[in-house]
This record gives sequence, C-alpha cells and structure tokens, in this order.
Amino acid sequence: MRNRTNRAELVARVALNSLLLLLVVVWVIPYIFTLASSFKPQSEIFRLPIRLLPESTFTGNYEFLVTQYPYLRWYMNTILITAIQTTVSMFFCGIAGYAFAKYEFRFKKTLFMLVLISLMLPIQVLITPLFIQMARLQWLDTYRAVLIPFAVQPFFIFLMRQYMLSVPDDLLHSGRIDGCTELGIFVRIVAPIQRSAFAIVGILSFVGAWTSFLWPVIVLRSRDMYVLNVGIATMVGPYNVPYGAVLAASSLATIPIIVFFLLMQRNFIDGMTAGALKSA
Amino acid sequence: MTTRLPGWLNQKNSAPYLFVAPFFILFLSFWVYPVFYSLYLSIQRATGLGPMQFVGLDNYVRLIGDPRFLKSLANTSVFAFGSVLLQVPIGLALALAFNSTLTHRLRGFYRVAYFLPIITPGVVVGIMFSVIYEFDYGLLNQLVRSVGLDPIPWIRSPDYAMGSILLLGIWIWTGLKALYLLAGLQSIPKDYYESAVIDGASPSQQFLRITLPQLRPILMFVIIQTVIGSYALFDQVWVLTEGGPRDATLTMTMYLYEVGFQQFRLGYSAAIGYSIVFIVLGLTLVLLTAFKGLKDQA
Repeated sequence: MRNRTNRAELVARVALNSLLLLLVVVWVIPYIFTLASSFKPQSEIFRLPIRLLPESTFTGNYEFLVTQYPYLRWYMNTILITAIQTTVSMFFCGIAGYAFAKYEFRFKKTLFMLVLISLMLPIQVLITPLFIQMARLQWLDTYRAVLIPFAVQPFFIFLMRQYMLSVPDDLLHSGRIDGCTELGIFVRIVAPIQRSAFAIVGILSFVGAWTSFLWPVIVLRSRDMYVLNVGIATMVGPYNVPYGAVLAASSLATIPIIVFFLLMQRNFIDGMTAGALKSA
Repeated sequence: MTTRLPGWLNQKNSAPYLFVAPFFILFLSFWVYPVFYSLYLSIQRATGLGPMQFVGLDNYVRLIGDPRFLKSLANTSVFAFGSVLLQVPIGLALALAFNSTLTHRLRGFYRVAYFLPIITPGVVVGIMFSVIYEFDYGLLNQLVRSVGLDPIPWIRSPDYAMGSILLLGIWIWTGLKALYLLAGLQSIPKDYYESAVIDGASPSQQFLRITLPQLRPILMFVIIQTVIGSYALFDQVWVLTEGGPRDATLTMTMYLYEVGFQQFRLGYSAAIGYSIVFIVLGLTLVLLTAFKGLKDQA
C-alpha cells in the first residue's frame, strides 16, 4: 500500500514537473531566439527552415547598430534617467512615507486620501495635460520632462508608509533623547532598519524607468535624446527594417535588467508580492 | 551627510512638513493638477498649443459617434475580459503547482523563468514577437508547418490579430498573476487544511471550501489589476501591429496617442483619457460590489 502511494506520488511529481519545464521552454525561447538571431546575417534570419542557433557568430548587426544609430547615446540616456529616477524616488518617497507613518501634521489625512485615490487612477488621463505643462515649461525634449513628472509615485508612498508603520516608536524616542535631529533619525536609524523597503521601491522604480515607453515617446523629439525603448521603436518602420540590428538593440536593452533581476531575485519577488498583499 | 538644519526645521512639529514637501510639490504639480486640468481640457476644442474654445460636452458626444473610438473600446474590452478569463485561471493553476510539495525543489527556478516577461521592456517584447508571429519566416509558423498544418496569419489577418495579442498577454502577465496568487496561497494558515483532512475532506472539497474563499481578497486584487492594466495596453501592440491590420488591434491608449500626439487634438485626447478613467473606475466598482456580494453569501 505504502509502496503504491510512493509510486503514484513519483508519477505525479515527474508529470507535473515535466509540464512545467516544457512551459519554461515556451517562456524562455523568445529570448534565446532573439539573442541568437541577433548574431545571424539578414539572409540567414529570412531563410527556411529556421534554425534556433546561428551558423557562425556574425557580429555585423552590432557594428551596424552602433555605427548607423546613436545607440550608445540612447544607452547613456537610459542609464542616466533610470539612475536619477530610482535615487530620487527612493529618497523622496522614503522620507514622505516615513512622515505619513510616524508624524502628525495638518492635512495629513486629506493628503493621504489623495494618494490612495491616485492609486486607482489610470495614468492615461495625465498624459495630455502633462504634455501641455511640459510644452509651457519648455521642457519638451529634455531629460527633465521624462524624469520629473513621475519621480514620485503614489504607489511608492503607499508602500513606504506601510513599511514605516512597523518602525517602533521607542527607537525614535531614544534617538531624540540621544540628541539626534529629526532628519538624523531618519537617515541613521529608520533607513538602515527598513533597508528592504528601500530595496523594493528602488527595484520597482528601476524597472519602471527602464521599461517605460509611452511618456518618453511623447516628450522626446530629437534622435539624440531618445531612451532605448523609443530608439528601438523608431528603428521599426514600414520599409527596410534592419531586423538584425533591431534584434541586437533589443538584446542589449534587455540583458542588464535580466542580470539585475537575477542578482536581486529575492528582493524583486518580495517587492512585487508585497505590493499585492499590502493592497489586497 | 550633514544632518544639521536650522532649529525651526528640526523640531518634531516642523520636520514632517519638510519631509513631505518634495513629494507634496511634485504630486500636486504632476498628478493632482493634471487630473483637474485634463477635465477642463476635455470640454475644450484645443488643437496644438493654440487658443482653446469651450465646447461643453461636445468631445464626449463625438466620441460616442466615432467609429474608431468605439472600435478601440471594443478591442480593449475584449482584451481585458479575455485576459481575466485566461490569465487568472492559468495563473491560479501555476500558483497551485508552485505551492505543491511536488515541485518544491524547482519552485525558485520556475518563479524566475515565468517572471522574466514582466521585467522585459514592452517595446522589446513587441520586437521579439514580431519575429515569432511573422507569417513566412516566423518561429511559430515553422512549428505549425512542421506538424503539417497551413501557416496561420497571426498578426496579418484582422480575424487572428486580437487572438494573437491575447496569447501574447498570457505570455507576459501570467507569471505575475501566479506570483500574487502564490503569495495568497502561502498566507492561508496550514491548520485549516490539517483540520479539514481530519474531518475527511477531499482535495477538491478543500479547494472549494478553504482555498478559494481564503484567496478571495487576493483574487479580487488580481482581477482588478488585470482589468486596469489591460486598458493601458500600448507598448507591445504599438511595435507589433501599430493597431492594425485595419484597426483590429487598435487599443484605447493607442487611439489617445494618435489623436493627441500625432494629430494634436488635445481636447479630444483628454476626453479619451477621461473615458478610460470612467470605464476603469466603473468596472472596479462593479467588481468590488460583486466580490462583496460573494462574501455576504459565504
């Protein structure tokens, strides 16, 4: 009897894992195919039957990409914007979330209600008026236009506040008794014990900035100011698409974020689920 | 880092104002103000940055008679409902599989693999799938031919295009849904199941009587999030089909972009923005009420 349940369990284990592994292949193949095809010459990309891996390692697409397009400039723009946006949102949202959790001040409830309402707001409603604001400020086609409007996001404030609520008040009191300034308490006591909250907001805003497209494509006009996503999207036109170079550009734009994800996996997954659990 | 500030700023009473100030200024200027400004814009005729003219509800009235707007509304709604019907059950199945002791050694690996599409830029996803859905040289049709079938016009025919986008949606977002639902499953106290086993409850009874009711809040979150996210669909489809063929995959956000930023009819695009708000908030309310009804029944 016992033997039979063991065998049934083994069969179930193998069957379930085989199915899941097959699905993993389906999930991962687009990446492998994209990366592999970026090392094929155009003639090999459009040839039947399709082979997953290239016949030989052809680097012409990458050379074409960096000589015919300001690709490195797009890369630098993206790194710069992502770095600033991530830093700013960690600090501003961290300290504001802390204030919402641990201080009393006028209009706190009203302001927090506004934050909660904005959580439900589809951002498409902001796009048109923000564009006019950017034009009036003469910020179109600048880094500022990409960065500043979405530097603080209601969701990050909400998340930070939820985490900061768990900081014990006694700790803050003893900091004050020791003569710490209010900002000193935040920097020296609160931030170190809430490292994981900062990691989560940092990761979410990093991914948000690196993958964003709709807003940058609206405010960035000149080729040299593009971020990667905007640049890649403009490479795909109705005629003569340089597929090899487009695939090379896509591969290079995706690799850093995947590496970052693999390194920070635990924080990443915690971050995504924390959002769900804290909102639900 | 220096933490010395003028005395009046460093007191417990004034510090919070300073801490909230950067957020407050940005939030007020770039979230709260535009929400109201958008409402104002939507009742103006505004082309480019020139002078505006008050037109009342004219923009909204014209939306109702605008066949392309209605087409985009229909497409996006099909995508939203299709996504809920496909991604949530598949995500739940994956979450149950990940939560099972049968997969525990590989769980971490699975989560990473299924999660990759979430962090991939939408533009890149569009590019990857344009190579996969390509009619003559695409990977998928190669597979279709190899089993002896005729190649499928995945994104070339208006009859297939929306289905292909729904399929793409499964690939992108199911991993995230599974992750949320897995977190929900793991927060159900183990002793619920232990006492159910003692009472002789079958696995399917346990699923219906314990798992589903306990999962209700997170399920509600996942469904609402799927609906809201679906009405924002833009990047991937923009690259993959540009809304075609013959507007078969034109989404509301894409139409908003076209009207606002290619034709610069800003009053009209603000009205499209607000109609997305009305639809999403309306659907959220309906879903919340429906879920509340379920709770009261239980």
